[in-house]
Amino acid sequence: MLASLHSANTSQAPVAHFSSEHCCLSIDHFNLAYAGKAALRDLTLSVPRHRVTAFIGPSGCGKSTLLRAINRLHDLNESVAHNGQIRLEGQDIHDPQMNVTELRRRVGMVFQTPNPFPMSIYENVAFGLRLQHRLPKRKRDDIIEWALTAAALWDEVKDRMHRSAWQLSGGQQQRLVIARTLAVQPDVLLLDEPASALDPISTLKIEELIRNLKSELTLVLVTHNMQQAARVSDYTAFLHHGELVEYGPTDQVFTNPRLQHTENYITGRIT
Amino acid sequence: MTPVSTAFRRFHWLNGLWPWLCAASVALSLLMLGALLSLLLVRGLGHFWPATLEEITLRSGDTFAGHAVREVALPQQAGDERLYFTGNRDIEGARWRWVAIDEIAERTQPVDLIRLERSPWGDFIGRLVALEQPDQRFEGDAAWQRLTALLALPANQRQDSQLQLATADGQTVRQPLANVISAQAPNAMSWWQKTGAWSEAVWLFLSEGPRAANTSGGVWPAIFGTVLMVILMSVIVTPFGVLAAIYLNEIAHQGRLTRFVRVGVRNLAGVPSIVYGVFGLGVFVYGIGGSLDTWFFSDTLPSPTFGTGGLLWASLTLALLTLPVVIVATEEGLARIPDAQREGAVALGATRLEMLTRIVLPTAAPAMLTGVILAVARAAGEVAPLMLVGVAKLAPQMPLDDEFPYLHLERKFMHLGYHLFDTAFHGEDVQAAIPLVYATALLLVLIVLGLNLTAIFLRHYLRRQRGNEC
Repeated sequence: MLASLHSANTSQAPVAHFSSEHCCLSIDHFNLAYAGKAALRDLTLSVPRHRVTAFIGPSGCGKSTLLRAINRLHDLNESVAHNGQIRLEGQDIHDPQMNVTELRRRVGMVFQTPNPFPMSIYENVAFGLRLQHRLPKRKRDDIIEWALTAAALWDEVKDRMHRSAWQLSGGQQQRLVIARTLAVQPDVLLLDEPASALDPISTLKIEELIRNLKSELTLVLVTHNMQQAARVSDYTAFLHHGELVEYGPTDQVFTNPRLQHTENYITGRIT
Repeated sequence: MTPVSTAFRRFHWLNGLWPWLCAASVALSLLMLGALLSLLLVRGLGHFWPATLEEITLRSGDTFAGHAVREVALPQQAGDERLYFTGNRDIEGARWRWVAIDEIAERTQPVDLIRLERSPWGDFIGRLVALEQPDQRFEGDAAWQRLTALLALPANQRQDSQLQLATADGQTVRQPLANVISAQAPNAMSWWQKTGAWSEAVWLFLSEGPRAANTSGGVWPAIFGTVLMVILMSVIVTPFGVLAAIYLNEIAHQGRLTRFVRVGVRNLAGVPSIVYGVFGLGVFVYGIGGSLDTWFFSDTLPSPTFGTGGLLWASLTLALLTLPVVIVATEEGLARIPDAQREGAVALGATRLEMLTRIVLPTAAPAMLTGVILAVARAAGEVAPLMLVGVAKLAPQMPLDDEFPYLHLERKFMHLGYHLFDTAFHGEDVQAAIPLVYATALLLVLIVLGLNLTAIFLRHYLRRQRGNEC
């Protein structure tokens, strides 16, 4: 499996920049500080469309912060300041013209701990749909079935759609959260260590799901599990102390890193 | 290991003991609560049981009838003394009689002794000699049957009759039937009949207004006033408390000022309730009420409409009193909701308002209900501030009736807590008040319990429905 992924990727063009038709997200000299303390420093990278891009790095390196910046979740926190640009399909996400709620619909986010809402499975998936426009129930049911199927959960929950989502197992909850996000048809799916709170079997299911979803949308995965990054991602960015250290096709970063620093991290010599 | 912890280690004997200490304090608390409740139950409900009437003959030859209430030891080992309720205040001048037990020569329970509840003059205990109607005269058993038949009719259909009664010592008195409320011959009653009479008495206590300066009759206006006032208070306090808590927890910048406000709110919960009463009197009654009177009710001045204590001002004062409770409980509920829930909603494209109304508030609803439960429990038992802002010893009119605008917010109302206080301390007949005080106290506890249980079931239902444990 690993070998096939590698051989598929070696034919890709080198990473530094993607042409605009391949680039989904481009981050340009982006800085971010929490209460005056720099968390991201002068980050520049672009994320290719319909690929899985992994952000790796030790705890506190800023990979989650970067992910949340793409969704503008930092808006909820007053003590965060930023400059530089993040462009989604060429459009600056911090542009005053940009509708934040529309941005968040287009850029879905899945968190480390599954956070299903305290309502039924059906209502969880319908939540994002109900926020937008009134759909006929028939249509809504179709979208919900599609989203749950895409999240590989439909067969497990189709008979208990109106039970509380909190009765599901952790892995099922995380897939439900992914289905909930897919239901609003985002262009980008941000995954913040989506499997770190799950058991190995659930983790495998999530990873398989990530691989299958890339035909539908662009995925960005934050993980501290190197094997996971190697298994599922097409491109890998290594961040350290809020700076981008190395970014390239996953097999190149893992087998032939350009920098000694990256190799040290991947081989576990620094944490 | 630090020296301090070594010093504590010396008290190793505490290790085996402390669970027992904890258990003992729980047991003691439960025991005291149980004792309180059973005292209220026995004394409160026992009052309505038809007491056995006795005919007592003293060594001095004196005879009287009544029922024994309690016994007290006389000083200097002089034996015991027993209190009898004898009624007949119009004949003997007193309703109670203390008798030394040694003085009693004979104690019998004749089946023909009856007890009449009258207004005025209260109870009569003695024998029914005859019942006289303009055209007919009944004697003995026939008179008793005729009397019960007449009392079963509504008051306006009863024929004009005179009762000829005899006390235990042989005095005869005449009494118009119109003065008689009910008649009972407890010594002739079976256990089942007594149970029936007991439930009827309990029902009358709950459904009738008070009589004889709150020393007999029922407490219905007080129940009604208490419940109405508590409901009005909840309607006022819930939105204010919930909105304030949302602002403090969800919207306000979390800084020194919010922390200061939070501490202030928590401390307000500890302000003595009479202080709120004084505030309510000054601000609501005289300030706002007085202004309302000069603006809208100037034709009735100087007699005040809103410028005196009333249902609205009492509800507002208690709402103010319980506001901190609701704020604190709601805030705790909001704080328990993980930020992941909020971020999850926002990340799906919800605005802040949508996140609040669709995720945060429904999840915190059980906590808000907890706040309202605590507020209700506190408000229903509060007496001191009410005395200043609108409670009455005897309210001539109910605050809710069929007269437009149906809910009369300016009227004074009766309250169980105040009724309890008034019965216990301001009654002319203390002995008669004691059982009523127990019964009213029991009722007050039951009402608070009932209001709380309703809210608890509602909260449980909400939780079950949403399948969460917040």
